[in-house]
Amino acid sequence: MTPQYVLRTEGLCRQFGTFKANSDVSIALPHGARHALIGPNGAGKTTLINMLTGVLPPSAGQVFLREENITSLPQSVRVKRGLTRTFQINTLFWGLTVLESVLLAICERKGVATAWWRPLSQRTEEIEEAMTLLRQLHLERDAQRITRSLPYGRQRLVEIALALATKPSVLLLDEPAAGIPAGESREIFEVLAALPSDVSILFIEHDMDIVFRFAQRITVLVGGKVLTDGTPAEIASDPRVKEVYLGESEHV
Amino acid sequence: MTTAQLAAMFLPRRHESSLRNGLADGRWRAAEWVFWLVLLAAYFVFPERLVLGSQILITALFALSLDLILGYAGIASLGHAAYFGIGAYAAGLLAKHGFGEPLTGLALAAAVAAVAGYLVSFLIVRGTDLTRLMVTMAIGMVCYEAANKAHFITGGVDGLTGVVMKPIFGAFEFGFDGKVAYLYSLIVAFVLFWAVRRVIHSPFGLSLRGIREGGARMPAIGAPVRKRLIAVFTLSAALAGVAGALMAQTTQFVALDSLSFSRSAELLIILVLGGAGRLYGGFIGALVFMVMQSWLSDMNPVYWQFWIGLLLVVIVLFARGGILGGIETLRDKLRARHPEGAQ
Repeated sequence: MTPQYVLRTEGLCRQFGTFKANSDVSIALPHGARHALIGPNGAGKTTLINMLTGVLPPSAGQVFLREENITSLPQSVRVKRGLTRTFQINTLFWGLTVLESVLLAICERKGVATAWWRPLSQRTEEIEEAMTLLRQLHLERDAQRITRSLPYGRQRLVEIALALATKPSVLLLDEPAAGIPAGESREIFEVLAALPSDVSILFIEHDMDIVFRFAQRITVLVGGKVLTDGTPAEIASDPRVKEVYLGESEHV
Repeated sequence: MTTAQLAAMFLPRRHESSLRNGLADGRWRAAEWVFWLVLLAAYFVFPERLVLGSQILITALFALSLDLILGYAGIASLGHAAYFGIGAYAAGLLAKHGFGEPLTGLALAAAVAAVAGYLVSFLIVRGTDLTRLMVTMAIGMVCYEAANKAHFITGGVDGLTGVVMKPIFGAFEFGFDGKVAYLYSLIVAFVLFWAVRRVIHSPFGLSLRGIREGGARMPAIGAPVRKRLIAVFTLSAALAGVAGALMAQTTQFVALDSLSFSRSAELLIILVLGGAGRLYGGFIGALVFMVMQSWLSDMNPVYWQFWIGLLLVVIVLFARGGILGGIETLRDKLRARHPEGAQ
């Protein structure tokens, strides 16, 4: 029997000194979710993602992946089990080419990253897979380019390509369009909209147009706590959410 | 400034122009064959300088071991002489106690140095850049003092004497002219270089570069960074151990100095001078450094380091990526000026 939720947290807390970045955060993602995490700056959204992925240990609470407690597992093991993230601030392999970066993630997933004798260039299967992924993200013409030399918007796509190369079952996107002018983020969200529906997605996003177009469910985080949780329609009509966002966005 | 940033100053900057071939396919280029043939030709051209030649090859191999961790994985070490020295004493002691077969000595040295490197690597993976520099340096110093105190085994400051080598394959005896020693060092250096080159072009090599270019992203694509660093540090220590063993076998002596901090520091200078992260940087650096050292100290035995220092300053200021980096920059500039001449 497949569990009801692919990713679930129970009472996650994280304190930095006396500052409570997250208190008692419980969320649940069903299979195939398109779940948005919104909230003003400093609401603890990225802290939550860091705890979900194992970058930060929670002060209290638990994380379950397919109802298996993964709270104490290191980051790389969670990725191998299908929980992958992207970063708000580009965290890329700056001096590698786009193709090499994606190959790195593919080799890691297939368990051949420690193969130390056969040249990488002879691994046609992995290279084909990498090129297919790059074509899917419209990055094929940049395959040979050094990541550092790409325009910012392309680097944002590489950020997503690296996550997809791990073939996640749960994908956590930390502001995938951060830093991209509103009109130019279309390409990124087209890519995300085209992802297979069996990949469950939790995403942080500030652009409310995108949130309401893309999300099936929304969690509002304020001051490290879950303010409310609901369908886009429920969130849009919730007066408390309006209050939080008053002056921040005209869309809510 | 972190050592990673510092190291980045010396690491290869890859240019668009050098990427027409896409993935490096690991095929040997003509310039590489020429390089190794020149080293072979040196045997015939400089028969009276073969002792220096062997020293250069051994130092180059030692620098290659540092290149694996610094140039590829981006981990600086200021105590790499520890593994060189451990390898040298392992091979030296083996030969001194009646087992003078050279290849066995190399294997033992590699194994002992690898074990030492493996154990130390657990300290290395924990720290950040500055901690790593301190830890590697401190361990180097501990090894030096331990060898100094263990006079009854190592000979202390007098060095390890009585190292008697058997002929290689029972046929080629090490002589005073250094001919056998040079060819032996050349063949060992070539075989190990060839192996390292393969490793660098493998997926494992790519994952090392991944750690250097985006260590923060590695765990997020499922890579256990610490395990990789332990593996490469162990491999690097084994290589350094073989270089040390070669030194012990070809000179039939182990100086306490082979464990010294100055040897570790000099090695870093050699690699930076030649260009880290390019496989050949250690060879070019060792060649330039040691030939200059030999010439300059003939001219003035006291002040030769002045010129080496000056050269290093010039290289760091004007040729990012060492001598090889400077050559790459020049080549790219020429290609940009005469695009039709490229490829």
